[in-house]
Amino acid sequence: MRRFIFVIIILAIFATGCARGVSDKEIIIAGSTSVEPFADKWAEVYMEKYPNTIVNVQGGGSSAGIQAAESGVADIGTCSRELKPEEKDLNEIIVAYDGLAVIVHSNNNTGDLSIEQIKQIFAGQIRNWKELGGNDKVITVVTREEGSGTRGAFQELVMEKDRIFKGAIVEDSNGTVREIVANDPNAIGYISLGLVNDKVKALSLDGIIASDENIITKRYSLVRPFLFVTKNTPTGEVKNFIDFVLSQEGQGLIKEEGLIPVN
Amino acid sequence: MTQLERNEKLIQIALAIIAFSAISFLAVITFFIFFEGTPIIIKYGVKNFLFGLDWYPSEKSFGILPMIVGSIEVTAGALIIGIPLGLACAVSLTEFSSKRIRQILKPVIELLAGIPSVVYGFIGVVILVPFIRDNLGGPGLSVLAASIILGIMILPTIISISIDSLLAVPRTYREGSIALGATQWQTTIMVMFPAARSGIITSIILGMGRAIGETMAVIMIAGNAINIPHSILDPVRTLTSNIALEIGYSTGEHRQALFATGVVLFIIIMILNTAANIMSRKMKGQN
Repeated sequence: MRRFIFVIIILAIFATGCARGVSDKEIIIAGSTSVEPFADKWAEVYMEKYPNTIVNVQGGGSSAGIQAAESGVADIGTCSRELKPEEKDLNEIIVAYDGLAVIVHSNNNTGDLSIEQIKQIFAGQIRNWKELGGNDKVITVVTREEGSGTRGAFQELVMEKDRIFKGAIVEDSNGTVREIVANDPNAIGYISLGLVNDKVKALSLDGIIASDENIITKRYSLVRPFLFVTKNTPTGEVKNFIDFVLSQEGQGLIKEEGLIPVN
Repeated sequence: MTQLERNEKLIQIALAIIAFSAISFLAVITFFIFFEGTPIIIKYGVKNFLFGLDWYPSEKSFGILPMIVGSIEVTAGALIIGIPLGLACAVSLTEFSSKRIRQILKPVIELLAGIPSVVYGFIGVVILVPFIRDNLGGPGLSVLAASIILGIMILPTIISISIDSLLAVPRTYREGSIALGATQWQTTIMVMFPAARSGIITSIILGMGRAIGETMAVIMIAGNAINIPHSILDPVRTLTSNIALEIGYSTGEHRQALFATGVVLFIIIMILNTAANIMSRKMKGQN
């Protein structure tokens, strides 16, 4: 008798894993860690409106997201940089604009740098804060991994032809970069503007603050698109979701969180 | 054949099939890694690959020397921390503690081996890295941080196996030495250690294998800079971190280069494991 009850309990535990209804649809979204928190927000609100759909959001980086979309592993790949020529066969939809913020520790005296200076810091040519009028401390440069859309955008908009130097610390998400810069008084890094919080300070570039207005008027030059990438033209549930994202409500959601809406 | 003999034969065959399927799984993995990784080593040149200083996949540069040096430095650091502490602990628990204490502490130490590496990484990031940064300089994410955390991770392996090999030394050795007038410490150093030597060396080699293969904790605390470190306070990238950081988005030759890194790791670990096997066979032979 006891063994019978034991078996029933085990089966019941396994059965809870199969709790999905027949009508449940799933949308898998993977890619940029910059887009991820906003995709999470969209997913959360969408699933409240349409309880039968499950929207699954993952990170992995922009290039990984594009690959996932290409191979069909993900329904939507997210990406925070322009598509490269060899990726142009995929279907791309701009869902927001995001500024790229160059961040330092909140106690760092430096509040403004020129883009040229930032390029030199990340290229390893300026190594010490004292060269910029600060303390005599070696600059800890933090960058993202190569497949990151944020890094791709930074490379294109700031570094241009120069490489980010070898001694830079490499981390694999916006959040980790922000954590490191928040804790190391001598660190400098770059993250999505939408993810800047009070633990870090965003530098102004050539005197221009990274504000929404400056981005819309294009005075702040480090801006990149957030893209949803699909293999074919979206249909069905995926199309519903993308329509929601581009709607007044969807765009309003991310505006509150610090992104620039498409229109 | 009788019914009994036929059943015996069937069971033998069934077990052989199960055993071979386990081995074949390993063989498939090995084959896959070498199949994916070897072409690019040949195409790029073994010397350029192993000794190239430049890892820049978007420009097709695949030199992994900084990562090889990184793995070696971090493992060496782990051993410098793990071996003295581990052996001292093993000796203390076998020679200088009561049986009761050993019976309590040994299982506790073996429990440490079960802590997930991400937890070690987490503790490293939250406690060790800021400590190094504030007191010793540099970004904190460094060879030193990785060495300390890895050293702690390999302690349970070294301690546990060393205790077992010290306990396996026949009592007559210790008793004979004491009877001849040696002190307990002299006995430990001059009799017990040499007698348990191959078991202790096995434990060290297994610890080294774990340190070289560790990925998660190292990614979190070593800084992952693609540079040969000039000091222990510099950030570093190991072979394992390289693979884990980039495999998610790599395509084409980049992906093959990562598999090639896997080939190098595989060869290093195979050498270490073979050495451990030879040592441990010697240990069994002695006793």
